[in-house]
Amino acid sequence: MSALISVRNLTRVFDVSKPWLNRVIERLPKSFLTAVSDVTFQIEENSVYALVGESGSGKSTIGKIVVGLVPPSDGAVEINGTDLATEKDDAKIEAVRADIQMIFQDPYASLNPRWRVRDIIAEPVAAKGGDTSGLAERLLEQVGLSAADASKYPHEFSGGQRQRICIARALASEPKIIVCDEPTSALDVSVQSQVLNLMSDLREEFGLTYLFISHDLTVVQHMADRIGVLYLGRLVEEAPRDALFETPKHPYTQMLFDAAPRMDAFGREVDPPKGEIPDAINPPTGCAFHPRCPIATDRCSAERPEMRQLGDTRVACHLAE
Amino acid sequence: MTNTPILSVRDLVVEIPTRHGILRPVDQVSYDIHAGEILGVVGESGAGKSMTGNAVIGLLDPPARITSGEVLLQGELIHNVSRDKLRRLRGRHMGMIFQDPLTSLNPLLTVGEQLTETISEHLDVSQADAQKRAIAALEEVGIPAAAQRIDSYPHEFSGGMRQRVVIALALCAEPELVIADEPTTALDVSVQAQIVALLKRLCRERGVAVMLVTHDMGVIAEAADRVAVMYAGRLAELGPVREVITAAEHPYTSGLMASTPLASRGQKRLRQIPGSMPRLGALPTGCAFNPRCEFAQDRCRQDPSPRLDTCDGRAACWFPLTAKKESVA
Repeated sequence: MSALISVRNLTRVFDVSKPWLNRVIERLPKSFLTAVSDVTFQIEENSVYALVGESGSGKSTIGKIVVGLVPPSDGAVEINGTDLATEKDDAKIEAVRADIQMIFQDPYASLNPRWRVRDIIAEPVAAKGGDTSGLAERLLEQVGLSAADASKYPHEFSGGQRQRICIARALASEPKIIVCDEPTSALDVSVQSQVLNLMSDLREEFGLTYLFISHDLTVVQHMADRIGVLYLGRLVEEAPRDALFETPKHPYTQMLFDAAPRMDAFGREVDPPKGEIPDAINPPTGCAFHPRCPIATDRCSAERPEMRQLGDTRVACHLAE
Repeated sequence: MTNTPILSVRDLVVEIPTRHGILRPVDQVSYDIHAGEILGVVGESGAGKSMTGNAVIGLLDPPARITSGEVLLQGELIHNVSRDKLRRLRGRHMGMIFQDPLTSLNPLLTVGEQLTETISEHLDVSQADAQKRAIAALEEVGIPAAAQRIDSYPHEFSGGMRQRVVIALALCAEPELVIADEPTTALDVSVQAQIVALLKRLCRERGVAVMLVTHDMGVIAEAADRVAVMYAGRLAELGPVREVITAAEHPYTSGLMASTPLASRGQKRLRQIPGSMPRLGALPTGCAFNPRCEFAQDRCRQDPSPRLDTCDGRAACWFPLTAKKESVA
């Protein structure tokens, strides 16, 4: 077990009921949304594990559970053998928390506009009473900004530069793991390539492990070592990058790859995927993908497929081979 | 008649007066779109893509205004007509699709009311006919059970279905020109593929001219016939999509294509363009791209980039890339 992060049977259910008075008057039952359902995977040290999926697939919820922002409803996340949700020893929790940091999607919303960059970057260390002298300046230079930027405010920076500040802040407590939730979705293509290159460099320099959450298959293909594909809160396929992109096994993964726009597909006439992502409050029975699946059989609508090992790939499909 | 482009933009300049001087978010932009053609407009944020679209359709927010140049719709000048005339042109002759389908629909009216209002405003039809046309419009964009869904409110539709309603709304009065401003950016990959396929089909079947503004090269490659690349308010390159993507002449286009993860598949690092786009208030002298350009020479730093219509190639560049390759060979 050399896995740095081990996610076992993770489930998270959100209560999305109306306020109780409405429920009484309108005679509505309580309703629940299963954002993450029975997800199991492991992340090796110094690797990049990517979660891909469309909106509502639960990828951001998993990221939040892994860093401990949201508690799981069922199942467990172990980081270096410590489960943040059940661990009683405060010192251990502190140590694990310092090892894991997060980078968010929107660099405009994730930096306090009233704080100077120096204070923003030093905060993870200052909060624990550590020594912060010269820390922000050193980190700024590491992420490709200048030390003089430390006394500026976030509004003085462009989107790409702000994301670099977010990365610097994530590095401040010298973490082992960084959870990146759509780190480049808000950025332009040329800036995106700068940020992705920076992330690759930092990974090598500090031996970081990334949990990389994205909806963009091309970014994932570039960054990830191992990829998990999510659909409606369930892991449908997991494989090393090359295996996944060369021979996708699950019909949903295949559909996703076919639908993704390609730069060499001039005037390509695609047969666009049918249907839409179903309502997560009332997901389809059996395999959640069966209403849109081109090869679905009766069994798919009755029985939820278990994860099966096929070579390097794990796939949750009755028919995949 | 067939040779008159649906939309013709000539040397369009949009200026915004500010306390710190006049900004030019759109600077001498010229292009044509013919019937049944999709022109893709790409560029990074702040390049002037949306501003160009808004200028064409007359939706510039003051103090931004068109200070010179011409916009011709089927050979008629439309950039200087009265607001009333413009109102009648919009919808009837020009349709608009915005990025966020929720903000471009009225949440208090059913989609049927919004469609019939547009139809009876622009076409001389009875209320019953307008209703029929509204249902037909929803069916055409692929909304199942259109006759029932017509009485639903926008919030009862999913994001992809809502964007279909917006497209139906843009097309229901049968305009000749549709401006689609980032129509798929807010949507998931599988829904994006559906919307792009829909736009292509409508363009082909109806012979509508489409201006497709997006920052997604993949969408452009699949949908557009020609592509215009914008940088700092100017057209950097304009040409057939295949040639622009596979053999870019402008160093910016080439850098932009190479920096997408798709283009550098299998490489450890992505190619990157150093720096970022200059602010409009602080444009460098000479070609706006010269500080980031690896091929920049003295001329690029002194003379503004050449006008697209006067240079031989597709790119507004003193030293276009293909010319360089030829001279080396």
